[in-house]
Amino acid sequence: MKKSGAHILIECLQAEGVDTIFGYPGGQVLPIYDALYDADLRHILTRHEQGAAHAADGYARASGRPGVCLATSGPGATNLVTGIANAYMDSVPMVAITGQVPTSLLGRDSFQEADITGITLPITKHNYIVKDISELARTIREAFYIATTGRPGPVLIDIPKDVSAGQAYHEDPGPLYLPGYSPRLEPDTAQVARAVRAIEESERPVIYAGGGVISGLAHGELLRLAELLLAPVSTTLMGLGGFPGDHPLSVGMLGMHGSKYANYAICDCDLLIGVGVRFDDRVTGKLDEFAPGATVIHVDIDPAEIGKNVGVDIPVVGDVRTALQRILEKLQPRLATRWRDTILNWKKEYPIEFEANGRIKPQEVIREIYNVTGGNARITTEVGQHQMWAAQYYTYTRPRTFISSGGLGTMGFGLPAAIGVQVACPEETVIDIAGDGSIQMNIQEMQTAVNYKLPVKVAVMNNGYLGMVRQWQELFYNRRYSYTELQNPDFVKLAEAYGAAGIRVTKKSEVRPALEEALRIPGPVMIDFHIEREENVLPMVPPGEPINKMLG
Amino acid sequence: MRHTLAVMVENNPGVLARVAGLFSRRGYNIDSLAVGRTENPEVSRMTIVVEGDQRVLEQVTKQLHKLVDVIKISDVTTERYVDRELVMIKVSATPSQRGEIMQIADIFRARIVDLGAKSITLECTGNDGKINAFEESLRSYGIKELVRTGKIAMLRGIRYTGVQAQESE
Repeated sequence: MKKSGAHILIECLQAEGVDTIFGYPGGQVLPIYDALYDADLRHILTRHEQGAAHAADGYARASGRPGVCLATSGPGATNLVTGIANAYMDSVPMVAITGQVPTSLLGRDSFQEADITGITLPITKHNYIVKDISELARTIREAFYIATTGRPGPVLIDIPKDVSAGQAYHEDPGPLYLPGYSPRLEPDTAQVARAVRAIEESERPVIYAGGGVISGLAHGELLRLAELLLAPVSTTLMGLGGFPGDHPLSVGMLGMHGSKYANYAICDCDLLIGVGVRFDDRVTGKLDEFAPGATVIHVDIDPAEIGKNVGVDIPVVGDVRTALQRILEKLQPRLATRWRDTILNWKKEYPIEFEANGRIKPQEVIREIYNVTGGNARITTEVGQHQMWAAQYYTYTRPRTFISSGGLGTMGFGLPAAIGVQVACPEETVIDIAGDGSIQMNIQEMQTAVNYKLPVKVAVMNNGYLGMVRQWQELFYNRRYSYTELQNPDFVKLAEAYGAAGIRVTKKSEVRPALEEALRIPGPVMIDFHIEREENVLPMVPPGEPINKMLG
Repeated sequence: MRHTLAVMVENNPGVLARVAGLFSRRGYNIDSLAVGRTENPEVSRMTIVVEGDQRVLEQVTKQLHKLVDVIKISDVTTERYVDRELVMIKVSATPSQRGEIMQIADIFRARIVDLGAKSITLECTGNDGKINAFEESLRSYGIKELVRTGKIAMLRGIRYTGVQAQESE
């Protein structure tokens, strides 16, 4: 029996194991929405296409399964762009489906036409426009395969309306033929042997672990490697939760707002083992003084990351988990006991700290969130000061519990991402740690949370500033606070207007009770914490400086 | 240093934009790019001349490999190869100058492809050096128009960089 392209699309999504998609209707996706009307596929209606993209992203990060978002042509598609770029920078598996004007109208500047495959070329792992319905099923299978294998990433499929409305037999596309795509999983044995020798010869090893540990399911192997060597482990922002933050060998985050002891360890080590990382500038600071005396081993699935920013002595290209297993099979380690003791001393000597006073300190709020949830919540964040405090003052012990926009640094990510996380993990506590600036970038998604009874809690660190930019203005622009002071709406009333609960916290003594109350309320809650206005994120490596030259 | 890359790509729409976009956004310089079909109808071959040191070349190659449509990349510069480029040059030529220009064409084994009352159009193939010399020797007559195809290259001997057609079942 012939079926519409839209029906074929839905059957293909189901065949890929998709249970939920996040989307927003429009003219050129009418056939798809008509098929969704009675399809056995959950659709979450967001209030903005960007929200749909971030929700799909959050869903993917929390579950490990690809997130799927759907939007119409033109403005619908361009509204996905930030979300797609965000997923691309953080290597999140996502399939974005966009409607397009009918093929007969393509290229004529038709109503709501935008060249979305052209626009998303540099921010997708791959993309497609399906101009023939017979190509639809194969394209969808390829898209999911590409999005989820190798280094994960977003793939976009643009579907013109005549393709989704057209009729065809749904035939199995058969095995995939992608001659230009074959991710390398098994590392080269010679590379592994060199890495093993370097590890065995090292006296002061440090492991620098990133998001690849989490997406590559390598946290168990990472823990074993660290314990075998007694090597300190520092994670990037993306790697938080990939190594238990409460482990004695954990030295927390490194880089611009990393711990002093992590950065000192990097600068003093004789062997740096990078695992699923990309030597981002926020991590390395001044490049020539990053791990200056160290032999560098870089384990990553993407060969293009090797040597991109930092010279690598021993590349190990392959699936991170497989690569660590191969190393562990061969390794006869010697314990870096003295080095471990040095690190433990530094941890005592240079703790991450802040000065408490009578006012509400954001760091205290984050610690209370940790205490109240027992560290068992899934935390999402927006981008800015609150994000760094959430990274520094909440201890992440499990993968996929810290969900944050790392590479792109997208304000407005946290709330829609929390919605995606809550959909993926309905039984868990999901908290968006937000700033008063960021939250207003996608605050409309409160309505989505209310509609679908998703009990996400939003903790707004409200200081009436774009705090991170203000901090840079304070430190590097002579306190000229140019357009960073914010006049804010009444967040409590706003939450209530959406049908959520709102709690305002202006006194230190109210912090914990407010959090406890928020967790008791069965629906979404927004808590407006009026925090110290000019608190800075410390320690901090000033831009262009080596990472052991820290302020604070 | 200049490297000549033979890049085999799937014949999909947009593949040229993907490759060209990659070079521009990562800041790699393309000296020339020539593209056309190959012995395999599903595969096109781009010959890209790129300027840069070993590190840049390594990044270019790795980033190109990440494009799903790119099947194979060979740096022919590292082996024995032949390369050719074709140029067409239109020069001003009064009837009295034609003889001289035809002599120059002879020396370079160029051919005359069009003759007008006041102009001659010549075509010439060869490697970089020859094309440059040919251009130089015509300059004094007044070059009205010049177009080069960009370099194409092939390994010498039995070795090849192509992609065999998919076995049909």
